Amino acid sequence: MRTTTALRGRLAVAATAGLLVVGLAACTGNDTSSGNDNLRGGTDGAAEGSNDEEGDTVVIGFSAPAADHGWMASITESAQVVADSYGDVELRIAEGTNEVNLQISQVETFINDGVDAIVLLPFDGAALTPIALEAMEAGIPVINVDREFNDPNAARVTILGDNYGMGVSAGQYICSELEGRADAVVAEIAGIDSLPLTQDRSEGFAEALAECGLEVSNRVAADFTVEGGERAASNLLQAAPEIDAIWNHDDDQGVGVLAAIENAGRDEFFLVGGAGSANAMRSIQAGDGVLRATVVYPSTQAADAIRVARLLAQDKAMADLVEVEVPRQIQLFAPVVTADNVELYLDTAFES
Amino acid sequence: MTESSTGVAAPLTKAPAADPPPSRGRSTSPLAALTGSGVGRNLGLVVALLILCGVGAATAGERFADLDNALTILRLAAAVGVVSIGMTFVITGGGIDLSVGAILALSSVWCTTVATQTMANDVHWVTMVIAAVAVGAGCGLVNGVLIAYGGVVPFIATLAMLASARGLAEILSNRRTQIVDVPGFDAFFGAEVLGVEVPVLLFVLVAIIGWVLLNRTTFGRRTVAVGGNPEAARLAGINVKRHTLMLYVLLGVCCGIAALMLIARTSTGSSTHGMLYELDAIAAVVIGGTLLAGGRGTIVGTVLGVLIFTTLTNVFTLNNRSISEQALLKGAIIVVAVLLQQRFARRSDSS
Repeated sequence: MRTTTALRGRLAVAATAGLLVVGLAACTGNDTSSGNDNLRGGTDGAAEGSNDEEGDTVVIGFSAPAADHGWMASITESAQVVADSYGDVELRIAEGTNEVNLQISQVETFINDGVDAIVLLPFDGAALTPIALEAMEAGIPVINVDREFNDPNAARVTILGDNYGMGVSAGQYICSELEGRADAVVAEIAGIDSLPLTQDRSEGFAEALAECGLEVSNRVAADFTVEGGERAASNLLQAAPEIDAIWNHDDDQGVGVLAAIENAGRDEFFLVGGAGSANAMRSIQAGDGVLRATVVYPSTQAADAIRVARLLAQDKAMADLVEVEVPRQIQLFAPVVTADNVELYLDTAFES
Repeated sequence: MTESSTGVAAPLTKAPAADPPPSRGRSTSPLAALTGSGVGRNLGLVVALLILCGVGAATAGERFADLDNALTILRLAAAVGVVSIGMTFVITGGGIDLSVGAILALSSVWCTTVATQTMANDVHWVTMVIAAVAVGAGCGLVNGVLIAYGGVVPFIATLAMLASARGLAEILSNRRTQIVDVPGFDAFFGAEVLGVEVPVLLFVLVAIIGWVLLNRTTFGRRTVAVGGNPEAARLAGINVKRHTLMLYVLLGVCCGIAALMLIARTSTGSSTHGMLYELDAIAAVVIGGTLLAGGRGTIVGTVLGVLIFTTLTNVFTLNNRSISEQALLKGAIIVVAVLLQQRFARRSDSS
């Protein structure tokens, strides 16, 4: 048993390597570079070749919350771009909704249709768990994106950003900028407080700050919208007359946060963003405002999920790994983007 | 409550209110309401629904015309359907309730707290049902007292409830999603009778009870009278205030039932449940042919209205249409449905 698995593994590696050479030499039928160039795999050599070769047509059902902010809009858009780049992927996108009842019904429709895989970014991970389990029981692999289910059996693969890590990255950056100032005032503008992801970000942030003896003096929560960000930030600025650093969880609401800062005429602090929108990065690049850095939370997660779903349905493995099967969980990294490295990230950033 | 409960309806709406009521005056008997013009009115909705089903079958083929898909539509319709049936009573009685979604959220949170779940596991899962319905009824009671005895306009009173009920739900749940782990509860709501899940059956049951209540009982007749002309109803010996109060409690109970359905469906209670249900419910009720000004209500119409909405969503999902396109088409179809319904209503009124 063990030997056959190992043998199969070795064969897969050999096959992958062989096809890689073929793929580099001859072009594959699938032009992944159409649409968005940035959504190809990390290392071009491995991405092309074996895995991108056209296989059986795969029907993928996709459901995500309403595109009410840039990051979420980019989730669906980038998923679509990746799906379009494959001739063997048929993507069915259900109406983006913030109502769990409706989202459940969309997944039911996918199950009725007998799609080959379901990519699901649930509005509420726990609420969508029962229906995801049902899909898995019906033999349809579910790829869970960003907001986790509360039962590991409900998803075949989970792709998520690092929310705790985002908080840690932001906290560590602020620590290094405020080095040696134990009395510094640090403020936090959170996203939707009811989401576990916000709670994780705040936890990471508080713990990273504690490492250098700082703490969050003022904390407000917005809702990922420009309007909410403006409201939360103007309240915060009113409440704290003197601030040294602010971490704003989300660059979409950051547009409103910057507007509020502008209106208040304040510039005694520096601002760290979150998620990594293109306009935030441009502002960091220009270096003319309070925004000095942002922490990336990739909006291309669902695009990755589409690729993984296709691999699963076609019984393929991930080209860069030795494993015979697609891994169970993929967690993305949350780097800090500053003026020094902004060019590296600007291309994959989303427009808010 | 007899004949002239008509022209004065409410100063709010002009054209539609002034037009149909004369026919309503003579049909104090609920029988006439069902057999006569009622069928004509519903015919427009049935046609709209049939057209929609035709579009669904033509574009999605057997993916639409499939038993599983029909059940998918009904499961989606169940919670908002129950709320809409309660809403039909309140609107028929001349009121409005904007707080249904918030009440639903509060019910769902209250009956999934650790304390309630522990009690449900120790005593009986019915504790959760009692908690949800009691919270719903309690919120309805507050609404009703404010409106009937406090003299607060329904729009304002329920707007206040909309804000506070969701706020309280957020405080109780600490803005977290509460996961339900009560095997008895799951077993009951997950059970199937002839392949149909309990929540769908509950929806059917509530619809039947609602129809009987509105069309076959004194309570229903009083509701129509209170909504048509409260002053005439009072002179006819109806305790208008108490009746109004009861309507809001009834709707609160419906919200509690809908909360249970949503808990069963999602296995969670959350302060984000039931977002914008007030709009969905009001739209379904008005499309169904119930007068927004009160004095005329139809449960069959409401059920058809809910089904039109959910079928619409289903057809869109099946056809993989873009989000913005869906919103646009939805609005257009709402207008067409109402226009059709008015046209049939007028024709059957004149015949």
